[in-house]
Amino acid sequence: MAVTDIAAPPARTARRKRMRRPDLASQWQLMWWKFRRHKLALFGLVVLGLFVLMTMFAEIIGPYPPGQRDTKYVAGPPMMPQIVDTAGNWHLPFVYGVKGVRDSKTLRMTYVADTAQLWHLELFVRGTPYKLFGIIPGDIHLFGTDQGSVHLFGTDFTGLDIFTRSVFATRASLGVAVVGVAVSFILGAAIGGAAGYFGGAFDNLVMRLIEFIRSIPTLPLWLVLAALLPRDWGALQTYLAITIILALLGWTWLARTVRSKLLATRHEDFVLAARLSGCSDTRIIARHLLPSFMSYLIVDTSVAFPEILLAETSLSFLGLGLREPVESWGVLLYAAQSIRSISQAPWLMIPGVFVIVAVLAFNFVGDGLRDAADPYSRS
Amino acid sequence: MTASPDFPVLDVSGLSIALDNDGVQVPITQDVSFSIARGEVLALVGESGSGKSLTALSLLQLLGHGLSVVAGQIQFQARDGGRTDIARLGRSGHAIEALRGARIGMIFQEPMSSFSPIHTIGAQIAEVVEVHEKVGRKEARRRAADLLGKVGIPDPVGALDRYPAQFSGGMRQRAMIARALVCGPSLLIADEPTTALDVTIQGQILELLRALKRELGMAILFITHDLGIVAQMADRVAIMYSGRIVESGPVRDIFRHPAHPYTRALLDAVPRLGDIDRGRRIQPIAGSIPNIFEVPGGCRFHPRCPVAVLPRCAASAPPRHSSGRHEVECIHGETELAP
Amino acid sequence: MIRFLTRRLGYMALTLLLVSVVSFVIIQAAPGDYAEIYAAKKAATGAVITQADIEAMRVELGLDQPVYVQYVRWMWNALHGDFGMSWAWKRPVGEVIAERLPVTLAIAFATLLFMYAVSIPVGIYSAVRRYSVGDYAFSILGYVGLAIPNFLLALVLLYWSQQYLGQSVGGLYSPAFENAPWSWGKFVDLMAHLVVPVIVLGTSGTAFLTRAMRAAVLDELDRMYVLSARASGLSPMQVLLRYPVRTALNPIASTLGWRLTYVISGAPIVGFVLALPDTGPLFLNALLNQDMMLAGAMIFIYCALTIIGTFVSDVLLVLLDPRIRLE
Repeated sequence: MAVTDIAAPPARTARRKRMRRPDLASQWQLMWWKFRRHKLALFGLVVLGLFVLMTMFAEIIGPYPPGQRDTKYVAGPPMMPQIVDTAGNWHLPFVYGVKGVRDSKTLRMTYVADTAQLWHLELFVRGTPYKLFGIIPGDIHLFGTDQGSVHLFGTDFTGLDIFTRSVFATRASLGVAVVGVAVSFILGAAIGGAAGYFGGAFDNLVMRLIEFIRSIPTLPLWLVLAALLPRDWGALQTYLAITIILALLGWTWLARTVRSKLLATRHEDFVLAARLSGCSDTRIIARHLLPSFMSYLIVDTSVAFPEILLAETSLSFLGLGLREPVESWGVLLYAAQSIRSISQAPWLMIPGVFVIVAVLAFNFVGDGLRDAADPYSRS
Repeated sequence: MTASPDFPVLDVSGLSIALDNDGVQVPITQDVSFSIARGEVLALVGESGSGKSLTALSLLQLLGHGLSVVAGQIQFQARDGGRTDIARLGRSGHAIEALRGARIGMIFQEPMSSFSPIHTIGAQIAEVVEVHEKVGRKEARRRAADLLGKVGIPDPVGALDRYPAQFSGGMRQRAMIARALVCGPSLLIADEPTTALDVTIQGQILELLRALKRELGMAILFITHDLGIVAQMADRVAIMYSGRIVESGPVRDIFRHPAHPYTRALLDAVPRLGDIDRGRRIQPIAGSIPNIFEVPGGCRFHPRCPVAVLPRCAASAPPRHSSGRHEVECIHGETELAP
Repeated sequence: MIRFLTRRLGYMALTLLLVSVVSFVIIQAAPGDYAEIYAAKKAATGAVITQADIEAMRVELGLDQPVYVQYVRWMWNALHGDFGMSWAWKRPVGEVIAERLPVTLAIAFATLLFMYAVSIPVGIYSAVRRYSVGDYAFSILGYVGLAIPNFLLALVLLYWSQQYLGQSVGGLYSPAFENAPWSWGKFVDLMAHLVVPVIVLGTSGTAFLTRAMRAAVLDELDRMYVLSARASGLSPMQVLLRYPVRTALNPIASTLGWRLTYVISGAPIVGFVLALPDTGPLFLNALLNQDMMLAGAMIFIYCALTIIGTFVSDVLLVLLDPRIRLE
């Protein structure tokens, strides 16, 4: 039979040249292309990047050292930067000065804006010296005022600046999450991997254990374990212990994924092919099995972050997790525990916004990763 | 009103379906016309991707998202004489829903997934009766059992309470036929009803359909890619290629004197008894059916056609020739149709 | 079916046993035993307690026995409703818990009801009107609902109601009804007070379930049997309610036990923040005071509740889904 081969029209060929070639792309390139299409996930990634910057440069971003008390502004409300004064004149950004007024009945000090005084906001001002990363000395802060002080999120009952503390608390909050996820990752990969690899009775045992851990309410158990930590432990010891406790109950998801993927891929043709061509078990696991489900592990890991972050925050909020002088968002929220304190100083709840934003960012990124990692998801 | 005997059960003319692709209408089928008389079986034959299944779905306004009928008429006349142009009905609403299942029954290729796995067979057949006729639960179940018996399911009353998973593929397709016929439709659309079945069961199902047609007197639109089945089942055949009907006519004419090169290629691809003795090999059709976005100009078959006359076949659409009820769209039509 | 039930029951018994061991380990893990704590308390009030007194008390309480004997005793007593004494309350643990457990159960049950009542219709709506404004709005709400910690939502609602409604949402009764006998007014008052705890406790679960329901319905809508039901003349609404929704209810039902675990898990902290007269504050204060007899018993009860809940949901799933039943 004569078959006439029709050439594609020239316009089409030209366009094709500029097109991406999914047939030639690596697995990671494909994932990145799909991930990029997920706008919320990109946004989440940017937010997480900002958080990482915050942990690195907290000393610069925070206008004051986290332990500096402003005795002239105790339990003061957030100061709102302005550009127009009461007379309608335009200025560079400023905050109003404050006047302390003592309530004649309750004898409590309250603060009102003093519209006669304008404290101008400035970028890169010299302030309290610090050592960045513990070694580089400096005294430049991202912003500050020419006179008086600025407390964007107000101060707590001891005069500490809530904005500065929230920025510094990013370190402990994300630190616990990262270490906790890392530990549960190792636990999950090791236990799940062993279960999937050895199979049989061991696999059965592990699966029952996972089911058991999943069927019990985790938060109360976390609370109990945290409560059992000796009270005389130092802040750092408690920090490590809490991280490990969180990881101890968080590894089950990952273990299950590793196991099921291992079982599913163990009998794939490419593994058999590798075995026939003389690869060792270790090489098969490291070079063939692991890469084939690495994307799923990353997705599961991204899901574990918000869980651990929320657990740490809840524990610390109740006074059973991290403790002063370690600062996490949960530790800051501990001050907002009673209705009395939040009715006097509702801005004590602001660190909670950081928690919500971080969890949202993690969830967005997790969703984006999940879609990107699924080879069958429609583009 | 009674049905006018000269008017066919279904008369499709100029039917075009298009896919909305970001505001651009991409044609899927063009100018499809055929008709089916009472008690007649029309086979719509084509490769996958030829548009035959979408044509079938459009007859019930069941096209998926983005697909729509953009031109043409679908005149349907039920046994009681009511005449409707289905092309003018909406996708939902009482008018079309009263036709579906009651006047026009449809069975699909996949007997495995055409029933919901968590409802009983009986419930899924009886509900069709309940939806269309004012009858009670009991009566609907009786009718369902009746039909199950008719399609050859043993212990039909007991079968009512069984789940699809408890049925074999062939049994499920029988139940599917029962569901499509329970309200006594005038037309049955069978979309590759035997493709997913074993060969022996295929034969049984075809035999059942023939028997039911004789008993119940409905017309059948039989969609298939298997010419062997066409020879057994059909009275007339329409051959579809890339969204157009390229040849149609009585089954005898098509098999004895195929006029379109595509039809001949299809027939050559069918193994026949005695081929081996005569040293004949099955001839596969070179190339493949065009992608809907890259339909060639002129005659759509010309890139694969062994007798194409270039550049004429690539430049303009082929003329339509007919002799009696045998019609063909080909540049060689006139000479091929000559007796 | 019978085989499934017996196997599932056996598994449940085994899990309960394991949980009881965990609870007992928690009680044992606290520094000092009951006799020591008791002695320390007594000594603080000035009473003279000798080592011999402590030993005598140990023998009396069976604390001199090996650990496994103690465990069996504790377990045996627990089966009869005796969880030992809470030294913080100076009352039997069982009694203290029994007073407050009904409130916890009422809140948990109301929360489950709320979660399903909201998530099922919203999930169906979002699936059917995919990518509509409503779908987007619900999914944004869902994201926020998943991200906000329970206690923070509780705090915000507390603050908000205090500032703008001028009333406290803490507790379960208004002061006027606190000690009043049961009446219609008191019931309405109770319901009004339940709204906030239920919303706080149910938000993240509702967000999660809505997503699951949306995905399940979307998955079902593409099925062949939906098309074949449409071809049989069922209207879109009939098809939706008979098939995809019914099928999608299975995964929802199977999450029931798991959701209960979530609700029970979040309950203590919400009860604590909202100052509810349920087991939440009881449990947390027991932890803060290291009143481990009480805390261990609470853990056991929390776990038992979720284990029973999981069992119920498994049985429910089997009843709903013939595919599993027929296996």
